Amino acid sequence: MTGVQTGSVTSLGLADGQVGGNDVADFNIERVCQNFPILREKVYGKQLVYLDSAATSQKPQGVIDAMSRFLLKKNANVHRGVHHLAERATEAYEGARVKAQRFLNAEHANEIVFVRGATEAINLVAQSYGKKHVGEEDEVLITAMEHHSNIVPWQMLCEQKNARLRVAPINDNGELLLDEFERLIGRKTKLVAVTHVSNVLGTINPIRHIVEMAHARGARVLVDGAQAVPHLKIDVQALGCDFYVFSGHKMYGPTGIGVLYGRSELLEEMPPYQGGGDMILSVSFEKTVYNVPPYKFEAGTPNMAGAVGLGAAIDFLAGLEHEALAAHEKEVLAYGTRMLSAVPGLRLVGTAHAKASVLSFVLDGVHPHDIGTILDREGVAIRTGHHCAQPLMSRLDIPATARASLGCYNTRQDIDALVAGLDQVRELFQ
Amino acid sequence: MSSELRDLYQEVVIDHARHPRNFLKLENPTCTAEGFNPLCGDQLTLYVKLAEGVIEDIAFQGDGCAISKASASLMTTELKGKKQEEALALFGRVHALLTEGPKGEENLEGVGKLAALSGIWEFPLRVKCATLAWHTLRNALEGTGARISTELNNHGS
Repeated sequence: MTGVQTGSVTSLGLADGQVGGNDVADFNIERVCQNFPILREKVYGKQLVYLDSAATSQKPQGVIDAMSRFLLKKNANVHRGVHHLAERATEAYEGARVKAQRFLNAEHANEIVFVRGATEAINLVAQSYGKKHVGEEDEVLITAMEHHSNIVPWQMLCEQKNARLRVAPINDNGELLLDEFERLIGRKTKLVAVTHVSNVLGTINPIRHIVEMAHARGARVLVDGAQAVPHLKIDVQALGCDFYVFSGHKMYGPTGIGVLYGRSELLEEMPPYQGGGDMILSVSFEKTVYNVPPYKFEAGTPNMAGAVGLGAAIDFLAGLEHEALAAHEKEVLAYGTRMLSAVPGLRLVGTAHAKASVLSFVLDGVHPHDIGTILDREGVAIRTGHHCAQPLMSRLDIPATARASLGCYNTRQDIDALVAGLDQVRELFQ
Repeated sequence: MSSELRDLYQEVVIDHARHPRNFLKLENPTCTAEGFNPLCGDQLTLYVKLAEGVIEDIAFQGDGCAISKASASLMTTELKGKKQEEALALFGRVHALLTEGPKGEENLEGVGKLAALSGIWEFPLRVKCATLAWHTLRNALEGTGARISTELNNHGS
């Protein structure tokens, strides 16, 4: 893996405007699409147009094959057996950990904890780090654009510890108000939990700046990277964050596997999250000695095939030239923004300057759920609803949005199909 | 556009969604209930005025998709003047229509204007949009007063 950069705005070329048409041509979209067998599916006799990657991405053949190969040739329990298969399985599982380490540019492989997904990772940090370090009247700071998975675990912690959950506000474009943010980080703030990219608005948050503000006041920072990892190059050391979490399935990997990155010194002193096998060094009925990180946090037989699939997804992303991928995604997003803005009665929700592959919108006089049903019959799959961000919906004063979200395989033609479907919606309703 | 879509969004449905009937808050209702569909954010409050077991007046307020709004609106127009037991019996027939379709003419019998909802069965994900008003009605009439939800689980990201 070469050229690891920070996951900041400039690495996507969003701010500098230097990404031209030629760069996009370098990205062989046909070849990328060929990797995804499901994209050849037809629904209701129409060609599938998949615009729901922010919910879950589709899986390339390489991921499907890697998981299948693991189960066909290497399956045995990891870290336990002395036999040959156990060794192969352990090698595959730990190999995936090293891939994840390089993917995030973490300093050590033992900073990578395999979990079920971003949600479990956040719960782990809340119930382990949070339980130890957040006390009565302390504060946890989140933002108005968080997914429920980065709200509820903190609410639960705050309730348990009689601590206070505070919320940093956003402007109408869906950008954090950084001055307000800074004012909200106080002496009592123990943790700041913020999404890297909003699943509803597409906003890319200035993580490095947030980390600097938080660290200046002694608060730790957890970054929810679930929506960022398929689009941005991530460098946790450059970002400076204390925890970074993501799910495999939103970045072309399988469901049921994700990563918690935590800085070594933090993971070392954190109490275990769950008890069981693999997370111990020795057990007697009098006393158990816990294993070292990351194993301390991986109780029970892990999702081995999932980890292998995640490793293959990382290989897939590494195999795409990142600058070309980013330029392609930026171009399709810009085209989508332009085309949707031209639809009469349509309003885009989330117009941040720094934005990734999400197009949320509302249409005058039509509920998003009806839009979703009509588009579905045209083969166009989008997400409608509150997107697990009900507080954000309240802030924006809308009950729901329709959301088209983009992956590496989406094209201008997909946007055209979306707009053609919206013409049908308008024909029926307007 | 597919014929299934035309069946789902019949003119009557679009009309009731755009201009819902009995869309107001009743003064002095004898029973009310709230319905909620977290999947798409549909939310309605139903007001019923019962007099000696007869639905003298019925109205609703809320926000939701075309199917949920039209279904609630059509329901209120059909139920005014009906006995409580007749209303609940009609729910049974409407439920069959929504989940099984017209089945020839069998499930259209006695449903009146609610026949406009006969295209929904081909869209299983939308059935609960249409039944929300009816479940809310049952709660209101049975006087539990609880807020009902179409979902007991959460719908992710």
